[in-house]
Amino acid sequence: MRSISLRILASVTALAVMGSLSAMAEELPELVINEDIEMVTRTKAPAHLENLDEIRSGWTFRTKETQAFQMDDFDNPGMIFVDQALDTWETVDGAAGKSCASCHEGPESMAGMRASMPKWNDDAGAVWTMEMYINDCRENRMQADAWGWKSQPMLNMNALISLQSRGMPVDVKIDGPAQSTWEKGKEMYYTRYGQLELSCANCHEQNYDNYIRADHLSQGQINGFPVYRLKQANLITSHNRFRGCIRDTRAETFSEGSPEFIALELYVSSRGNGLSVEAPSVRN
Amino acid sequence: MRYGKLRAGATALAAAGLGAAFFGSALAAELAPQQVVYDEGKVSESLSGVPGDVEAGRKVMITRGQGNCIACHEVTALKEVPFHGEVGPTLDGAGERWSEAELRGIVANSKMTFEDSMMPSFYKVSGYIRPGNAFTGKAAKTAELPPLLTAQQIEDVVAYLLTLKE
Ligand code: HEC
Ligand code: HEC
Ligand code: HEC
Repeated sequence: MRSISLRILASVTALAVMGSLSAMAEELPELVINEDIEMVTRTKAPAHLENLDEIRSGWTFRTKETQAFQMDDFDNPGMIFVDQALDTWETVDGAAGKSCASCHEGPESMAGMRASMPKWNDDAGAVWTMEMYINDCRENRMQADAWGWKSQPMLNMNALISLQSRGMPVDVKIDGPAQSTWEKGKEMYYTRYGQLELSCANCHEQNYDNYIRADHLSQGQINGFPVYRLKQANLITSHNRFRGCIRDTRAETFSEGSPEFIALELYVSSRGNGLSVEAPSVRN
Repeated sequence: MRYGKLRAGATALAAAGLGAAFFGSALAAELAPQQVVYDEGKVSESLSGVPGDVEAGRKVMITRGQGNCIACHEVTALKEVPFHGEVGPTLDGAGERWSEAELRGIVANSKMTFEDSMMPSFYKVSGYIRPGNAFTGKAAKTAELPPLLTAQQIEDVVAYLLTLKE
């Protein structure tokens, strides 16, 4: 109740303010979640990005209807999965007789994780994604089975952990030992795959904000992942999106969790350095 | 050179309105994608030897899985078909701006006219990075892919484009 009356108040104020400003400025919707968390959906591009001045969250390209789903957690269908993960967090699994909570206390302890993922793992000597960290704990610390990358518990847990960073700026490291992986991802971003010979950059760097047939092209940012995708009625990972985008160029695509997509995830994440983590965001 | 003769024959028949009826597309000698000669982007010879059909070309323009040209181009004459893209320039007036040979070259392999163009090459079979089996996401089954459009479909599209006058 409280949240509803607050929202009405806020929109009345917003209308009054916009009335006086709309003549001056192009309408730029702002993303404030639960009337509380202010999200950075547009900001200056990170220094490594030579071809863009401004980076924009995918949210800014969606229709008002789709945008609205993400503005209140009661309307966000991704939150159901986050709730399921909360149960899993506390459920003992595996031969060691532990749950995530046994060692990590509440999920809040994961604040900041999504903002820095994927990241270099010194022990493994490789860039690791969230899925790899989660499975490492399951296999080696809980003696439980690894979850599949696309399995529901993995998607849900990824969303729960990511939510703890919501509103923080994406800040993945691209130098030091992660640099060569980042370079690989960058090379992929500019490779024209498949019979249609299209690169990520063709669509998401040179043509963002243009329509391609019925689709309004965004910058292909992944600050919102895992995303709740209305079309799939489920959470999806960035790798799932990469897979589909490459397939649509009539190419042989890569699989989720492949070294190629880990590199691409690092590079694409870094293109969003400075945008707020939005997970779980909502897209069509 | 047998080729040339057949083509000439087919063209003559087609001109008489008999080509399609008697020969079908199988017999009308086609230029394979590898045989097409680009002269500064222009292709003066017909790819199929059979004149293009405007109505069939219109269909190629708007159909996903065929040309789907309006995915990237706006065309006022196709206004009744929803969702035109904005990636390339409008094709209004293309039939005035370009000659038939230029249009054939652009559609067959746009990269011969526009360096590094984002426009797909519709009459090309190799030289791809990770070519796939259509939209399955799986690897292509053959070293050479079927071109995105057939020789006749390209002739049809060119015939359609030539009707776009401002
Ligand atoms: C037996 C204790 C234990 C259990 C149970 C456990 N973890 Fe961990 N987890 C750890 C330790 C120890 C680390 C390493 C922390 C570090 O390197 O700072 C860690 C690291 C992580 C990290 C990476 C943190 C970082 O800062 O890099 C994630 C994510 C994670 N765990 C998630 C989970 C999840 C999800 C579960 C339940 C499915 C779980 N863990 C279960 C002990 C545990
Ligand atoms: C033919 C154009 C095209 C190409 C090439 C392409 N994409 Fe996309 N992509 C789209 C469309 C259309 C969408 C849905 C609308 C949007 O968000 O742009 C999309 C969506 C996405 C999204 C979801 C964005 C969000 O906010 O949820 C990501 C991430 C993405 N693409 C990444 C990539 C990457 C990485 C590549 C290169 C491997 C790539 N795309 C290549 C057309 C393309
Ligand atoms: C993926 C996007 C895309 C698709 C699909 C596409 N084109 Fe293009 N086309 C372009 C772009 C971009 C240009 C601008 C040339 C350049 O690359 O600088 C262009 C240029 C052209 C031109 C020259 C425009 C002018 O008048 O100056 C013609 C004609 C043309 N395209 C026809 C077609 C036809 C016919 C089809 C379908 C068989 C098609 N295009 C499909 C992207 C596309």
